[in-house]
Amino acid sequence: MTFYNDRTGLAQDNGIAETGELVVNVGPSHPSTHGVCRVIVHLDGETVTKAEPVIGYLHRGIEKMAENRTYLQIVPLTDRLDYVGSMYANWAYCRAVERLAGILVPERAEYLRVIVCELQRIASHMMALGSAAADTGAATMFIYAFDERERIIEAFEELCGARLTYNYVRPGGVSFDAPDGWTETVLEFCRNHRSALDMMDRLYFGNVITRQRTKGLGVLSADDAIAWGASGPVARGSGVNWDLRKHDTYSVYPRFDFDVPVGSNGDCYDRARVRLFECYESCRIIEQAIAQMDPGQVKAPGLPRLLAPRPGDAYDHIESARGSLGVYLVSDGSVRPYRMKVRSPAFCNLALLPMLAEGHMLSDLVVILGSLDPVFGEVDR
Amino acid sequence: MSALGWGALYGLAAGLVIAVAALIGVWGERKVAGRMQMRIGPQELGPFGLLQTLADTVKLLLKEDITPRAADVRVFRIAPIIVFAPIAMSFAVIPYASGFAPLDTSVGILFFMAVPAISVIGVLLAGWASHNTYATIGGLRAAAQMISYELPRTLSVLPFVLLAGSMRPLDIMDEWRWWWIPLTFIAFVVYFISSIAEVNRGPFDLPEAESELVAGYFADYSGIRWAIFMMAEYGGMVAAALFGAAFFFGGYLHLPGVWGVLLFVALATAIAVAMIWVKWTFPRMRPDQLMTTAWKVLTPMALVQLAVVGLVIPWLS
Amino acid sequence: MNITQLREHLCATYPDLCPLFSIEFGDGVLSVEPERLREAAANLKDLGFDRLGMVTAVDRPTHFELVYRLYSRSMSAALFLKCNVGRGESEAPTLSDLWPAALWQERETYDMFGVVFAGHPDLRRILLPDEWEGFPLRKDYRDDTMIRRPDYI
Repeated sequence: MTFYNDRTGLAQDNGIAETGELVVNVGPSHPSTHGVCRVIVHLDGETVTKAEPVIGYLHRGIEKMAENRTYLQIVPLTDRLDYVGSMYANWAYCRAVERLAGILVPERAEYLRVIVCELQRIASHMMALGSAAADTGAATMFIYAFDERERIIEAFEELCGARLTYNYVRPGGVSFDAPDGWTETVLEFCRNHRSALDMMDRLYFGNVITRQRTKGLGVLSADDAIAWGASGPVARGSGVNWDLRKHDTYSVYPRFDFDVPVGSNGDCYDRARVRLFECYESCRIIEQAIAQMDPGQVKAPGLPRLLAPRPGDAYDHIESARGSLGVYLVSDGSVRPYRMKVRSPAFCNLALLPMLAEGHMLSDLVVILGSLDPVFGEVDR
Repeated sequence: MSALGWGALYGLAAGLVIAVAALIGVWGERKVAGRMQMRIGPQELGPFGLLQTLADTVKLLLKEDITPRAADVRVFRIAPIIVFAPIAMSFAVIPYASGFAPLDTSVGILFFMAVPAISVIGVLLAGWASHNTYATIGGLRAAAQMISYELPRTLSVLPFVLLAGSMRPLDIMDEWRWWWIPLTFIAFVVYFISSIAEVNRGPFDLPEAESELVAGYFADYSGIRWAIFMMAEYGGMVAAALFGAAFFFGGYLHLPGVWGVLLFVALATAIAVAMIWVKWTFPRMRPDQLMTTAWKVLTPMALVQLAVVGLVIPWLS
Repeated sequence: MNITQLREHLCATYPDLCPLFSIEFGDGVLSVEPERLREAAANLKDLGFDRLGMVTAVDRPTHFELVYRLYSRSMSAALFLKCNVGRGESEAPTLSDLWPAALWQERETYDMFGVVFAGHPDLRRILLPDEWEGFPLRKDYRDDTMIRRPDYI
């Protein structure tokens, strides 16, 4: 395939100018903050006839690397999959290991996992909404969203010492217990976060230009969402009421009272709104979890550093900010997995881009890509 | 001094005025945007960061002057000047104080509306001379935007010509009455939005932002050449704010003497801050939505305003 | 619906698939031959498994084991669909016309293992550059950039 091939036609012999198809390369160095994704766009005038994402620029061979590392050594690798959501990426992997090895996680560790996962979900949605806003030019919304994200990252730094790749959720529990006063910090964040979300709602979603640019754009029907394996806010924005925390529930989620926001039109506006409302629900879950959490151990007692699970396989998944993030582990009885496969929601959601972008304009392509919210660490692994 | 000497002096003065206006405009934008985003903005250089833009200008002057090899060199170099100079000229017809407008012509309003239109040619030349398909397309799109918004902008100022019976700015200031403010309110809204679109600012800056995605008309301009485009943009914003404060709100008329001029500057500042506010609040409009707004929303609004004023005039005399 | 209920439902609706269904460590697994893969997949889709979660392969010493993870929202159930294909000319039928979710996942499995999915509309590499030689996730893959793990770990 040739690129940079300007095939706009010139005047023909009979004097009639004919415009051909223009192939534009929206290069891997992307202007919007989503990561390294190249999209080859075929344009007919202003309209996109075909948009093909080319991925793999961030492929590091994490699955191959995992075959050469012990189960504990793989946890930092999972941090770097969905680097915007290390906590839940760690958790998906640890759940698969625990299922494979039959490890029981102490209750306090489960609560801490839920709290950090929900905080991470808020942080990830803030990034998604902020980047989507910045793509369309609303720079102030970007700053407000990242301010909220900064509070969460500071809380995580207090908890485990890292700002982005936490290596916190380990097989059998979590690595550190919450320091004194941490839960108060988190509760205060939740109190302030709701009013910040209200403000962001008025600033960005109440804006007529945002509505003009995102409503009716990139419409995904519910049937297509299910058939294409979309999950998370992308599927819920189309009306598919499927949230693993409720419908295939795991950990201590059955003990919490929360709602699942579901959109109706399946356009970019609805997907973004679903992300916004999920932040409110996450605050609810965090507050309930902190209230219910009792002191106790945070690591399963007696767990060896070199885990050697039974031969066999196991698959487990969690509801990440992007969708259903699953890890499939195959063990041959040794201290290293025989195969690790990461089922990445962003990868499956990104497959929708050609279908969603067709028929829209080039300016809309970035908005649609933003609403699918890919993180290329996870897409490419 | 000969006419040429006076001309050169006036030219230098106009250049200085627009340079200072752009400097203060950029500083104001960075400070106001910063405060709106819960941060401070420039604060290191000079008191309140006032010298920041000067430092940036010095930096830009020191940059390498890159001209694309395939570009048409003479057109490439003259395009920024054609964009910049008419906007500098438009500062001359604004009435700053009682009886004082640097250029006192009987067609002042026409001058202010028509002369900045020349910069559209500069935009087209910039896109063309870059010899880059996407820059050309970006230039065409920017030119289409600027031309489309000239119509509502001009129509929105016509009520004053009707009410005062003259196109001379100082005559309009003599005839100005306080109840012109509510009467021409719709015209102010149209003028405000059209001015933002004319200078490719705020929600209408897709030609600039497109440089991220494909290419904008000034994508191949670096260093001081790019700075000239930016000075044209901020200078245009300041000129539009001054003009709006003078005619739509009465400028220096409310208070005597120097206080009047200060009030005029304060009113213009308020309008400029509103323009900055709008830019940082709203996302960008898509090109087709932009054109729809110009032709289907703003132009009819301006015509309605004109009709209203036309109906009211017999009761005034 | 739990695993035993799922097994009863499957056996009642498709009795010929019943002997192929086993329960391993709490997960239902349906193991089929490559010739019966499409039929089994279509049957499962009719049964209510409307979501294909994951398509992958595992490089076993003698064969490739294709693993599919299927979900049913209506029954709240999930199971594995496994199929062994030979290592030589590893070919399996595509499931992308049943579930479009398989399109990119099968491309990835091809890219990493070299399993050819017959009938896939656009089978080419997805994560690696088009001109890459070799299939990295195979156990016998060798590359200049690979280093040998020290024995003391």
